[in-house]
Amino acid sequence: MYAQMVKSEGMKSLEDMTPEERAFQERIDRGEKIEPKEWMPEGYRKTLIRQIGQHAHSEIVGQLPEGNWVTRAPTLERKAILLAKVQDEAGHGLYLYSAAETLGVSRDELMEKLHSGAMKYSSIFNYPTLTWADMGAVGWLVDGAAIMNQVPLQRTSYGPYSRAMIRICKEESFHQRQGYAIMMKMAQGTPEQREMAQDAFNRFWFPALMMFGPSDKDSVHSAQSMAWKIKMNTNDELRQKFVDETVPQAEFLGLTVPDETLRWNEARGHYDFAEPDWDEFFEVIKGNGPCNEERLEARRSAWDRGAWFRDGLSAYAEKAAARRAAARVAAE
Amino acid sequence: MPSLPDVMIPEVADLARRAASGQTADPHLEDVALKPAFFDWLCRMGDSTLILGHRLSEWCGHGPVLEEDIALANTALDFIGQTQLWLGLAAEVEAQGRSADDLAFLRDAMKFRNVKLVELPNGDIGQTLMRGFLFDAWHFEMLTALGNSTSPRVAEIAAKAVKEVSYHLERSSDLVVRLGDGTEQSHERMQAALDYLWPYTGEMFAGDAIDRAVTEAGIAPDPAALLPLWQRTVTEVLAEATLQVPDRRFDAQHGGKQGRHTEHLGYILAQMQFLQRAYPGASW
Repeated sequence: MYAQMVKSEGMKSLEDMTPEERAFQERIDRGEKIEPKEWMPEGYRKTLIRQIGQHAHSEIVGQLPEGNWVTRAPTLERKAILLAKVQDEAGHGLYLYSAAETLGVSRDELMEKLHSGAMKYSSIFNYPTLTWADMGAVGWLVDGAAIMNQVPLQRTSYGPYSRAMIRICKEESFHQRQGYAIMMKMAQGTPEQREMAQDAFNRFWFPALMMFGPSDKDSVHSAQSMAWKIKMNTNDELRQKFVDETVPQAEFLGLTVPDETLRWNEARGHYDFAEPDWDEFFEVIKGNGPCNEERLEARRSAWDRGAWFRDGLSAYAEKAAARRAAARVAAE
Repeated sequence: MPSLPDVMIPEVADLARRAASGQTADPHLEDVALKPAFFDWLCRMGDSTLILGHRLSEWCGHGPVLEEDIALANTALDFIGQTQLWLGLAAEVEAQGRSADDLAFLRDAMKFRNVKLVELPNGDIGQTLMRGFLFDAWHFEMLTALGNSTSPRVAEIAAKAVKEVSYHLERSSDLVVRLGDGTEQSHERMQAALDYLWPYTGEMFAGDAIDRAVTEAGIAPDPAALLPLWQRTVTEVLAEATLQVPDRRFDAQHGGKQGRHTEHLGYILAQMQFLQRAYPGASW
């Protein structure tokens, strides 16, 4: 998932709930799926729209840092794989906007909120992709971190979201592998390629850790979302799991994790690692990251330049409907 | 890789090996006299799909609507896949130890054999779609005819590609009609795109000594023979789109097939070939 800092509505205990709210919570506790036309608390609906919308926006903004290298991919096969991957991301955006629509918000409304800055996308896509090794690092680390979040969300309480996640996870696991395959080639390649691979790892490690959101102690929205099963694990649990899985993968590549404090903690059975720079994280969220302006401007400008195209298609559809109606009248 | 199982399991590797070794026998590959023309003709096919696929890939993430982002990337992907097949066969015919990647990433502009139409800038989405339509209408007829090629290897590639290209043509025709007959603005933009691209279309039907050699060998149709088929599709679609066939020569611009390109191709290659040129011999 690419949702960070999703604001959740207030938390109530079972006793304070209305009978409807209580019945709803009990369905979720039993593991039932909630479907679009069914009753749900307004807070549940709003929180889901924010979360699914932010995830959808991340998928489409996420086309940009990788699209940045499609025209410079080094072989025909790499170009084909990267195109297929970016196309998958756009497809994920489409499933997710569709899932959000079942909650009563249109894709155009969500786009408008992305373009006005009222809705966010994941902080990770505000970092630049500077060398070809970044295509490896993004697939391996960014898609890898996304999978950590998305796999549990396949069991989320909202039916359309859960089903979208099942499809998305299948594709994401290929994406992570293709990223790792690029890193493997680079890590086993020429000295220049190794240097690019390590540099990409250095730049993406902490931003990838930030993808899970702030530490649990500072994460104010988790409890209600977890009760509703629209968040399945805490930020820190997922971050730890990601570090534990990624460190051996880095060792296999012969790359150095850019964290001098990283140690295996025998007693905990986990790696101890340094926290990312949370000041940097909040700055990026606020719009002061390296590529915030470029990314948002690219999306706004694509939308604005496409207005005549969308208007043209709508006008044709209206004319065609009118012609069909006229033909029906003439036939009668 | 720890905790990430390799997708290349032994069964898959074996399938890939068998698929690669079992190429259909093709006597044309042994015909020494035909070799230079056959190689050049294959580069014309593969370079046109490569450059058009590259141009479409420039849209990645910048489409006018999400469905178009997906469709443009998907179409680009088809073209890159077809390029792997055409240039792969070209490299086999040449038999000088070069690969499809060597041909794509290590030749300079004068060695590229694509038609000029495909290297023109994307312009607005209307120009991209109109260029796609004018090319698709030719590409579909070409690949259909190649289904009867005396070269089994060419016929196999064409049979695979024509399935993709019949969908490209369906999609581009549909969008040309909708935008041509949409709003006043969309109509004007589509007409402007058509007027700009029109002089580049004739090159697809102009034959030279290379075309004559492969036509005589029964490998490919006479390019001129595709013109009436192309004109029929184009006339029908443009009429339905309420667009006017431009009142100017359709064959004024040519030379791409002989390696004399527009200024645009050099910039495409500078970008596309950057890594292979900057790090010679590296494996990616």
